[in-house]
Amino acid sequence: MIGTTVTIGDIPVRLWSRDRSFSRLVRKRYANFVRSCSSDSAELIISLSPGHSPQADQELKVFYRDGTWYIQRGDFSAEWDMLSRRGTVSQPRSPYALDSLLRILHTLILAQQGGFLLHAASIIRHGRAFIFAGQSGAGKTTMCRLAPPDSVLLSDEISFVRPAAFGYYAFGTPFYGELAVPGKNTSAPLSAVYLLEHATENQIEELPSRLALTQFLRNVLLFAHDPETVGQVFSSALQLISRVPVRRLRFAPTPRVWETLEQVVCS
Amino acid sequence: MFVARSSAVAARLLEEEMVIMCPRTSKLFVLNAVGSAIWSALDGGTPLSDLVRDQICARFDVDFETAMAHASEFVQQLAEHGILITAEQPITNQVSLENATQEAG
Repeated sequence: MIGTTVTIGDIPVRLWSRDRSFSRLVRKRYANFVRSCSSDSAELIISLSPGHSPQADQELKVFYRDGTWYIQRGDFSAEWDMLSRRGTVSQPRSPYALDSLLRILHTLILAQQGGFLLHAASIIRHGRAFIFAGQSGAGKTTMCRLAPPDSVLLSDEISFVRPAAFGYYAFGTPFYGELAVPGKNTSAPLSAVYLLEHATENQIEELPSRLALTQFLRNVLLFAHDPETVGQVFSSALQLISRVPVRRLRFAPTPRVWETLEQVVCS
Repeated sequence: MFVARSSAVAARLLEEEMVIMCPRTSKLFVLNAVGSAIWSALDGGTPLSDLVRDQICARFDVDFETAMAHASEFVQQLAEHGILITAEQPITNQVSLENATQEAG
């Protein structure tokens, strides 16, 4: 078995496979996130199964029974023990199935830590992380493209947020969207969450807590539907909006939007 | 009709509006002031008609028939999502109700 430790947001997951070429594929896919073996790694044993449909568009099922999470989709079938942080997956040779499974596993792990994966872009500027949330077409990739050259890309599609002793931190992820570039494997304290909206002029609006909560939750990746996990995520979102500003950013797609953001940070 | 909040939902009152998250669908519901008042009053043991008379008609400028019609529709909609539980008899699952109250905290 060949093990490759992929560490996203300081969560090491050792991916085991008997297939040498697939392990190479994994190392290439997660290149910047491959770390040396860690004693506290979660472990996932990958069995390549030609029997699984390569179709990823079949309904995803994520459910919990007797201490084990079951995660099933057309192209993969996985089991995950949250306590021992060990699991197995049967999947085709495609890295997309593993990519999807890793996202789901991280949402489950993060739910226990008060953190989130968000449908959002994230960027570090001057040592502070900015998150830009919104559904497809909202402008996540555009905000990344407009970012000044000294910015650091954490992700243009799936952002990773976790509470720390003082505030929240955003971490880079290998999950990308239209930009087709993985984020940098680094982190920074979270400055604010911006909910994107196209406009003709740049304008930033503080959101009242009810709107902040509902709009933030709409961008949280949540695959599990058990009351405990949903309750954890709901409580975590309440915590976040009480500690991090959630704002609406109406923006015109020009680099000046970043000047507007800087003004808010400076004020 | 007797109505109780499902113990499975997560809810919080923010700026006088109740935000509720349905676990089954992850769908979010935001109740207005009247809906939030009904939600807060639901205890599973008081008939809906009594709650409407005492909590809604007494606090909001609305006659009983109108308030009852709206409340029934409101309850039916949330029950369809599994957020509320309805019964012809008092709902006496105290454990369930205690959980729901804590979550609404």
